[in-house]
Amino acid sequence: MRTILFIIRKEFVQIFRHRVMLPLIFMMPIIQLIILAHAADYEVRNINLFIVDHDLSQYSSRLVGKFQASAHFNVVGSAFSSKTAFDEIQQGDADLFLEIPADFQRKLLRDNGAGLQLSVDAVNGVKAGLANAYATAIIQDFNEEIRTEALGPGAGKLPLSIASSNWFNPELNYFTFMVPGILVLLVTLVGMFLSGMNIVKEKEIGTIEQINVTPIRKYQFIIGKLLPFWVIANMELAFGLLVGWLIFDIPFVGSLWLVFGFAALYLLVVLGMGLFISTVTETQQQAMFIAWFFLIIFILMSGLFTPIESMPPWAQHITRFNPVAYFVEVMRMVLLKGSGLMDIKRHILVMLGYAMAVNGLAVWNYRKRS
Amino acid sequence: MLPAITADKLTKRFGDFTAVNQITFEVKKGEIFGFLGANGAGKTTAIRMLNGLSRPTAGKAQVAGFDVYRQTEKIKRRIGYMSQKFSLYEDLTVRENIQFYGGIYGLPLAEIRRQMKQLVAGLGMEPYARNLVKSLPLGWRQKLAFSISIMHNPEIVFLDEPTGGVDPITRRQFWEMIYKAANEGMTVFVTTHYMDEAEYCNRVSIMADGRIAALDTPHALKEQFHATSMNDVFLNLTRPGRQAS
Repeated sequence: MRTILFIIRKEFVQIFRHRVMLPLIFMMPIIQLIILAHAADYEVRNINLFIVDHDLSQYSSRLVGKFQASAHFNVVGSAFSSKTAFDEIQQGDADLFLEIPADFQRKLLRDNGAGLQLSVDAVNGVKAGLANAYATAIIQDFNEEIRTEALGPGAGKLPLSIASSNWFNPELNYFTFMVPGILVLLVTLVGMFLSGMNIVKEKEIGTIEQINVTPIRKYQFIIGKLLPFWVIANMELAFGLLVGWLIFDIPFVGSLWLVFGFAALYLLVVLGMGLFISTVTETQQQAMFIAWFFLIIFILMSGLFTPIESMPPWAQHITRFNPVAYFVEVMRMVLLKGSGLMDIKRHILVMLGYAMAVNGLAVWNYRKRS
Repeated sequence: MLPAITADKLTKRFGDFTAVNQITFEVKKGEIFGFLGANGAGKTTAIRMLNGLSRPTAGKAQVAGFDVYRQTEKIKRRIGYMSQKFSLYEDLTVRENIQFYGGIYGLPLAEIRRQMKQLVAGLGMEPYARNLVKSLPLGWRQKLAFSISIMHNPEIVFLDEPTGGVDPITRRQFWEMIYKAANEGMTVFVTTHYMDEAEYCNRVSIMADGRIAALDTPHALKEQFHATSMNDVFLNLTRPGRQAS
């Protein structure tokens, strides 16, 4: 026990001695949080729309006006040939074009129906899907309007209409959704890198030999190495949550104790992985590469940027081994929905198993002699 | 009296390369035992096997009466080690290094405080006790590293090229420290490149190509090879294509 305290003291002294470390540990993640929370947004705005209006009628200009009024679309230009519109898309100046046929108004009035064409640049599938959905909604709206005008009030209503209400995040605020998740990533990054680099650094400068020739026990060494970073990562989470609350107005519906309790367990997993990486590598460069390899997979498959439910089945199976996915889910569940201990029981058990496995592996793989 | 170290056909192979080839020797208690050899002769590998950092491929060895295969942790309580690579934390101060190593060797706090005073005073480093180790000149750091490696009062201390790159005056002071430790009963196992230092040893072994080519007192070795200095003995033994005597 005393031995562990001596190691912990040494680690803290070393961390705080480097003047770049503290800002690095606390300021960088906060800056990232603020930038990412604003940038990593699913909502698609500023879709560039090009208009090909062959009709130039009252109705067609009303429809165009509806697009111009929408926050999602920028009307970037218009022409009379679909060839021009297609060139605009080719050059990337437009994301989609709406083609209104020459007899649009006449057909609407006479035949009670007319065709429109939407052509969407689908290189970015997500954006294309959303652009399509937004445009369809606007056209639908327009459709109801002119039906009401033509046939009298009430006639415009379609036989089935869906009213949706958004629970837990009623205003579909993306900060509410993204910030808890992004915080998980930042804490993970800091934890894994700090712990991953640590033992390797001692290998590089050679002090590990001096440690290995002492009667220190492996578990003492690993615990002494792990605890300081565990404390720092927890403080970082607290700091991040505070910023989330102050700047992004993140609701704290559930228990903070539960969040930190789970974080405590989760950080053991992340730090254990870092330590394991540093036992299998010889240089900080190698450790960095391996840490990145796992982090990229963990982050992109965490359900933060793309919903896990929309991944192919094999990928969904992989995410079951992704600790980041569990914590992102728990953060959202507890902070936004107010889930309790029983709701995240499965997550806790998985994390517990994970923590024991990873740290067991790290202790086992740390060799005092070659 | 039991010898401090015995090695019997101790061998270390890395794949096809035999770094240490069946070395056999004994080091007596309280002796200053010099371990000489050209770069790559296998000195460091031999030390690492004896202090439990590297598992031997074959052969037997005992250090302080304990087996190097099965009882490394017991050995580690009884030895000190100063590695070829600089072994103190450069981003810690002199005091912090002393505290840390004292702590992980399990010395009581009072003992650490006592040693701290004595050690810092002995080295004449009182004004620099709160300075970072990286700010100290190399010679001072090496003396500090040696003092720290024997803080827990080990039976045997292994010094791997402790005076490499150090100026002659500091080397002299360093050897005075070694003599002092030996006078107090510590066994000193030291590797060196400096032949004048070999003369300071009670006995010297010279390694070449992973084998022990000669082992005796400096005086006897000079007589055996009809040499006037250890330098000549060394060259005679380690020169490529030498004749077996």
